[in-house]
Amino acid sequence: MDDALVRVGRALRAVVLVVLALLFLIPFYLLVRNGLSSERDITSPEWTFFPTELRWGNVRELFDDPSVPFARSLLNSALIAVATTLGTLLLASLAGYGLARIPYRHANKVFYGILGTLLVPAAVTFVPTFVLVSSLGWVSTLRGLIVPTLFSAFACFVFRQYFLGFPRELEDAAQVDGLGYWRTYWLVVVPNARPVFAAVGTIVFLGAWNSFLWPLVIGQDQNAWTVQVALSSFTTAQVVRLHELFIAAGASILPLLVVFLCFQRWIVAGVERSGID
Amino acid sequence: MRRRRALWFWVFVGPFAAGLALFTYVPLLWSVGLSFFDAHNTVTPTDFVGLDNYTAMLKDGAFTGSLRTFLLFTAFIVPVTFALSLALALMVNRVRRAQAFFRSVFFLPAACSYVVAALIWKMSIFNGVRFGLANTVLGWFGTDPVAWLSTTHPPWYWLVIVTVRLWLQAGFYMILFLAGLQRIDPVLYEAAAVDGARPGWTVLRHITLPQLRATSVAVVLLLVINAFQAFDEFYNLLSDARGYPPYARPPLVYLYYTALGQGQNLGLGSAGAVILALIIAIVTVGQARWLKLGKSGEE
Repeated sequence: MDDALVRVGRALRAVVLVVLALLFLIPFYLLVRNGLSSERDITSPEWTFFPTELRWGNVRELFDDPSVPFARSLLNSALIAVATTLGTLLLASLAGYGLARIPYRHANKVFYGILGTLLVPAAVTFVPTFVLVSSLGWVSTLRGLIVPTLFSAFACFVFRQYFLGFPRELEDAAQVDGLGYWRTYWLVVVPNARPVFAAVGTIVFLGAWNSFLWPLVIGQDQNAWTVQVALSSFTTAQVVRLHELFIAAGASILPLLVVFLCFQRWIVAGVERSGID
Repeated sequence: MRRRRALWFWVFVGPFAAGLALFTYVPLLWSVGLSFFDAHNTVTPTDFVGLDNYTAMLKDGAFTGSLRTFLLFTAFIVPVTFALSLALALMVNRVRRAQAFFRSVFFLPAACSYVVAALIWKMSIFNGVRFGLANTVLGWFGTDPVAWLSTTHPPWYWLVIVTVRLWLQAGFYMILFLAGLQRIDPVLYEAAAVDGARPGWTVLRHITLPQLRATSVAVVLLLVINAFQAFDEFYNLLSDARGYPPYARPPLVYLYYTALGQGQNLGLGSAGAVILALIIAIVTVGQARWLKLGKSGEE
């Protein structure tokens, strides 16, 4: 009796999971379906699962459309995401290591000063930060898009926690060999801390690629649009060309899906860390 | 020696701390300053107005309305996301076949931006015209198409807004819950089985959920803070060439249009930012205290 019940429960769970998985995949399917359809197929009142013809030409049309700086926006996003990731990793890991390992009288005060900024998320300070950045003359520049986002208190915190748990023996050995803090850090600590770099790096990369509010505020000139801002401007435009819109959206998440699937292990590790702080 | 250490400390921490000070503390203080001035289109105003911006902000129905919108949004999104991500984690954790596949599928939307998700929701699933997927499905049952985003009675737009975020975030929080589940000591379950507790509701209620307490606290905190910062999906779902509709304006959308829209009233916008920053700091600290974060035995 109990066994049968357990089996029914198990089967039910499998069915629910499969249904939910299909629901979760629908948006991706719609993206591909509409992106490769003709305008007529998308807006046809007779909805079909597969479009009547697959139009790969949509991709070319998108990149040839002179009214839409899409290629430029992809390039901007790539530059910003890579620069933000590398910059954040460098700055936050150094700071995290210093806080964790170098004894200093005021280290705690500095740490709480950094931690305190987590209480005031960047999204709430975008107005004042915009004021600052615009008075530096950085509006519509890559500098303005990248530099203010480089100082992630969250990343610094994750690095500090990680380095606190890092085995001291390695560093002690390095000190015996006469290496100072700087060379110990680069020659001993960094090569042995790859997992945390990968975890933080992928999370920062995803965040930078997908971020919207700051690029919207700063990227006022078309040449400084990121791919998210470009997509948003098509969505909210007067005339919407649906097939171009969907293929553009598809093109914007393709690089991410690749990163996501290749680095999933590290992303999961990063997410787990992000929940614990 | 001590001096040298202090020097090295600042070599490591200095660049980060300086940048953080410049791009977080300076704007914050500057903005506190601006909030006491009449600052239209200028960042170096001279017209001191005292607390006028604050009283104007708090008296402005649109601002207090945006706080109500946030409360309503939170009331929908927090419990729904919490329940779905916990349910997904519990099911994925127990499933024997294709566990990695299910985990990936539910987590995959986290790679999407709110812009892309909003685009799919607005232009395809909840498109107000007949070819939208939701309306197509309704059509099979003979129901008339619904203008999802522009109907305010009943407010169907909430369905659209909440489901976007649910789809994007559920997998993220599922990962957190899965991590929490894997930290539960299997001995507890064995002991429960010895005591005759049948797997299912009793075990969930008396072992799994209490053991997930720390994770749950973190998830609720993150959900509330993220809901407070909602901007992307509201903006991309609701604004069009004519602007943003008068309803469903969360705080950041309101702030965006006040401070950076026509008129660029930076004084008023700064006052709004200061009020919001205070609210979020109080909410975060209060919630952490109330839920006794840190006493729950997790790292």
